[in-house]
Amino acid sequence: MRRGRPGEPSELDLMAIACLLPSFLYVLVMFVYPFFYGVFQSLHPLKVDGFSLANYIAFFSDEYQYKTVAITFRLAVPNTIIVVAFGLLFAYSMRRGILLERTITTILVLPISLGVILLSQGILGFYGGKGWLNQMLLGLGIIEEQLVLTHNFTGVMLSLFMQQFPFCFLMLLGYISGIDPSIENSARTLGATPWTVFRRIMLPLIAPGLAIAFALVFVMSFATFPSAILLGQPTGATRTIAIAAYAQAFEMFDMPYASAIAVIMGLFQLAGLLVIILLRKRMVTAATMGVGKR
Amino acid sequence: MKETIDSLRFRITKRFGTKTVLQDFALEVRGKQFITFLGPSGCGKSTALNIIAGLIPATEGEVWIDGERITHLPPEKRGLGMVFQNYALFPHMTVFVNIAFGLQLQRRPADEIRRRVQEMLELVQLPAFEDRYPGQLSGGQQQRVAIARALVLHPRLLLLDEPLSNLDAKLRIEMRAEIKRLHTSLGLTSIYVTHDQVEALSLSDWVVVMKDGILMQQGPPQEIHDQPVSVFVADFMGFRNFFPAKIAALGPDRDVEAVGNGLRIRGKTRHAFSSGASVVAAIRPDDVVIGGNPADPNSFRGKVDIVEYLGRENETILTLENGSRLWVRAAVCMVPGDNVTVVLPQDRVIFLPAEGTGEVT
Repeated sequence: MRRGRPGEPSELDLMAIACLLPSFLYVLVMFVYPFFYGVFQSLHPLKVDGFSLANYIAFFSDEYQYKTVAITFRLAVPNTIIVVAFGLLFAYSMRRGILLERTITTILVLPISLGVILLSQGILGFYGGKGWLNQMLLGLGIIEEQLVLTHNFTGVMLSLFMQQFPFCFLMLLGYISGIDPSIENSARTLGATPWTVFRRIMLPLIAPGLAIAFALVFVMSFATFPSAILLGQPTGATRTIAIAAYAQAFEMFDMPYASAIAVIMGLFQLAGLLVIILLRKRMVTAATMGVGKR
Repeated sequence: MKETIDSLRFRITKRFGTKTVLQDFALEVRGKQFITFLGPSGCGKSTALNIIAGLIPATEGEVWIDGERITHLPPEKRGLGMVFQNYALFPHMTVFVNIAFGLQLQRRPADEIRRRVQEMLELVQLPAFEDRYPGQLSGGQQQRVAIARALVLHPRLLLLDEPLSNLDAKLRIEMRAEIKRLHTSLGLTSIYVTHDQVEALSLSDWVVVMKDGILMQQGPPQEIHDQPVSVFVADFMGFRNFFPAKIAALGPDRDVEAVGNGLRIRGKTRHAFSSGASVVAAIRPDDVVIGGNPADPNSFRGKVDIVEYLGRENETILTLENGSRLWVRAAVCMVPGDNVTVVLPQDRVIFLPAEGTGEVT
């Protein structure tokens, strides 16, 4: 294969194009086409001939529907913050390696391998009304009434945390342990306490990884569907926007309306990502500004 | 300005799991000196430096500076400066903020910070670089910034962990002179870790040679260079030729005559050997003289195997009549296959205790 000199654009050759073609076709057929088809469909409602915004107008004028956006945000935002905060806490404290690291990592990461359904069953069995936790607390006399931790908002939060924490933790651990420890060491010899090292040196260096973690966890939480059904109240307190789309598609058989809801969901996720990117920019600028230059 | 230290004293042992990295490594040095820890990689020299800095805890032992025990102080309370092999600059901060970092933590007034950072940038010859980021600097410039960042706080002790080993050969020599200049002009006490004996000899007032976590020899560079006390130190200092032998005769004035492997060699020793003791005769390739009368003492006949051209001189590998190999460095150019006579000048041959000969290849 011919290569250009560094700094010069390399010439495209047939081989490279041929190698790219399968993946390009795959993305085209499996993602680009369905995506645009969905957008197109959402703009052509069942009851109207031709192009119309009727589905979008219907969504935002029906409280039962537009409430799902607020519900989803109320789940996704706190969950994202909690997951990333715990992920950061664990990954940062394990960045230099700790005793029994492999065992601890395995335990922390195990939930990924179980799948949502099994995990939900486990949560129901442990945290449910007749579950171990309640039985134990009641038996020990710590509580007098059952704690209601499932089939409500808390249940969904628990489930989301357990699914997403391992991803977030692993990603941040990889990111943080990749930072040269001598950077931290040099800050210590210059007089920085561990907290100052974290705040002024490590946090800004972790910021890009943190932003990615926020983005991924937020998007996953915002699209939550099985957890909201299995551990929540799918018709009430945890009727997320994904459930609304599902109901339109497979209970009302109104695909175009369902597509419109899916597009709306996508737009809100995009908005969330934009906020994260803006926050990250601010954070890095703030950390870079020196006290001496104020 | 805080004065530099008067004395540093430590005795430390460090174990990682079952592996002993430092075995009762003890040293006592005066201030205003340039001290080097010299040894091959894995000898524990960097670990020792990190323990002095407080970045790694010692398994056993104490570190004292000017009579104050600092073993349990965290690194930020020790008032030492440290320069790392990979510079360890803060990549998200400009050169100015990197150097100002320590002063900011001490909450110095902004104008003082500005003045001191500027002074430092001039001292390391990087004025007008303050707004650059580390990623925009060359390796040598980054190391200058790292040195400035450590020196701006007037550390009572400066620790340098192989600061030149990531630089190319030319820059390394330049920076070596630079470090020596800063050390002398600022009246610092420095501990410098390196595996390069040329760096150690050219920079130091006091060289500490280490191997496998054990102190092998310490002293002024000339002494380490000319009078190594063991085969290991001799090998490290460029004695390439080693001949195992047994003492045959001991003369006055530290003269020794030994026989081994068919060679009768005369030389000097600092050790108190008894007759018949196992020893190793050692000589540097550049001390071997080519030519002479084969009947004279310390003269041997050999055949040239390999000649390597090194510019001003040639490195020649000979096989002596008894089968031993001899490395010779001289301006004389020989051809493989030549038969020559070589002389090992008696005042250049040193006799060392035999233990540890296994390490010499």
